[in-house]
Amino acid sequence: MEPITTLHSTTVVLASTNIDTDQIIPARFLTVTTKLGLGKSLFADWRYLSDGRPNPDFVLNQPAAAGSRILVAGHNFGCGSSREHAPWALVDYGFRAVVSTAIADIFSSNALKNGLLPIVVDSATHGWLLEHPGAAVTVDLAACRLLLPTGASVSFPIEAFARHCLLHGLDDLGYLQSKLDAITRYESARGG
Amino acid sequence: MTARTMFEKVWTAHEVVPETPDTPAVLYIDLHLIHEVTSPQAFAMLAASGLRVRRPDRTLATLDHSTPTSTEQIFGNVPIRVDAAAKQVQTLEKNAADFGVELFGLRDARRGVVHVISPELGATQPGMTIVCGDSHTSTHGAFGSLAFGIGSTEVGHVFATQCLLQRKPKTFAVNVEGRLAHGVTAKDLILAIIGRIGVSGGTGYVLEYRGSTIRALSMEERMTICNMSIEAGARAGMIAPDDTTFSYLSGRPRAPHGAAWDEAVARWRGLASESGAAFDASVDIDASALEPMITYGTNPGMVVAINAAIPSKADDPIDQKALAYMGFHGGERMLGKPVDVVFIGSCTNGRLEDLQAAARILRGRKVAKGVHLLIVPGSQQVKREAEAAGLADIFKAAGADWRESGCSMCLGMNGDTVAAGQYAVSTSNRNFEGRQGVGARTLLASPYTAAASAVFGKISDPRPLL
Repeated sequence: MEPITTLHSTTVVLASTNIDTDQIIPARFLTVTTKLGLGKSLFADWRYLSDGRPNPDFVLNQPAAAGSRILVAGHNFGCGSSREHAPWALVDYGFRAVVSTAIADIFSSNALKNGLLPIVVDSATHGWLLEHPGAAVTVDLAACRLLLPTGASVSFPIEAFARHCLLHGLDDLGYLQSKLDAITRYESARGG
Repeated sequence: MTARTMFEKVWTAHEVVPETPDTPAVLYIDLHLIHEVTSPQAFAMLAASGLRVRRPDRTLATLDHSTPTSTEQIFGNVPIRVDAAAKQVQTLEKNAADFGVELFGLRDARRGVVHVISPELGATQPGMTIVCGDSHTSTHGAFGSLAFGIGSTEVGHVFATQCLLQRKPKTFAVNVEGRLAHGVTAKDLILAIIGRIGVSGGTGYVLEYRGSTIRALSMEERMTICNMSIEAGARAGMIAPDDTTFSYLSGRPRAPHGAAWDEAVARWRGLASESGAAFDASVDIDASALEPMITYGTNPGMVVAINAAIPSKADDPIDQKALAYMGFHGGERMLGKPVDVVFIGSCTNGRLEDLQAAARILRGRKVAKGVHLLIVPGSQQVKREAEAAGLADIFKAAGADWRESGCSMCLGMNGDTVAAGQYAVSTSNRNFEGRQGVGARTLLASPYTAAASAVFGKISDPRPLL
């Protein structure tokens, strides 16, 4: 995985609360056996009209959204199904961070394993971001801070080990494998 | 020593390496359940890295999410209609063979929805850690196990190391007291709990359901409760094992037998949270006041009593968006709204007791004209039991569509879908936009309410029929 230290981008705003993983990628697109190419199915039921043409009213189909790598979403983003296809689709589309006031547990864990930063901020910061779609912001992962164009610098929590892996481009399976001796001892102590 | 919660005991017993400020715990996983939709990418990672499944003996595979429910496609010569689903089935068959994992294949008598078959086999046991690439893995917490859903990358981690990197979650006591009224079920109770704490109220927590109401529930009812923990945002929900748990497990094929059984029960009796154990959060629910519940919106927390009106929240954009999708208005009553489809099944309500409940309503009655009632057993074993008990005959006589087991219309991956704009009363777990098909409108309810609504062709209170 590519290391991530800072991320500078304009934002796209999807203000709806409780955006569940069925909205991020509907189940009918899960009949795949790879993780590639799911970006085209991202938010499919909102993004495309019933005849398959892009829905011009949907924010990702508007010119201002082009090239954005940071999604600002309503409270409780990523709730529902554990499908990792949700962060795979977001990353394949081009997003590298999601900012909200709450992000669901399993989604958050899956996102971190795919270089997608789940950034939880206070409601005042979130409110400002919702009101300023397209704002140019910077995520400083080393400092755990989100920098707004107002000059505000907001800290965000992120699990320490996941942050370490992201900063150095490490795969956390390597760390687990380094514990195989301890795992074997644990198994022996329990009798298998 | 401070009093410990059940969660704390199970967690500590599985710490291979405890967490530190810099590193999460290395948590040992006793049982890894897999299925065709979230495993292929994890097997591909193993193959690409030259790794093996470390503990095939702790891994169990089934086919459920994208598999057809039509008898011709499972047992006949008709190929699986959805090509991509057929490829997923073949991929899991090949991966299971290549990596030495036990698979309950398409025609296996033990096949079924992953969260139905593992308890049925006695593979799910108290005190275990259980994971699966499926958020409804929380179901297994009904046995006092710590069970939660994971992503496909983590499926790969468990394959390779039988462990996961995890931060310790907080604990949340859901105290439920009082007797459920006639016609009010475990499904109504969990919908009411989600309505109370909200769809993100459990985020970061493991729920423990406690109290006299929970103690009085059967194992199948407890599974319905724990199943929907994730709909409150909690990765896991747990219920302390007791005599109800032990009598359910006793004699099941993968439960311990003989002296090992006695030893296991003695150990399991020590799992319950100790008196005075502290929880990070709690809520008290009066079960005796509950009525049958039904959802009116697009998440499981948007729920009302069946006789109630849809709340009027004209200034709440979330509610307005949901009502616009559902074609409802604040202030309208739920009773009497027309229904096109009724789905009885899923890992929430696809077990034998659920089918018995549906049969109690459907016996000697007919499904209303124009309504499609789809009844999908949670497993092939549930199917055989329902057929042996005459339930399937009751369903067929009523005009229901009786199928082979699978996830089916809960998520509509296998072609069993609800058409755009149609209303489906469903015993499943999610009423998200498009969950049961593009534009489908889902109303979550109990098997009683679902069956009664099928009989009248409109949303109905099941109690007069019981």
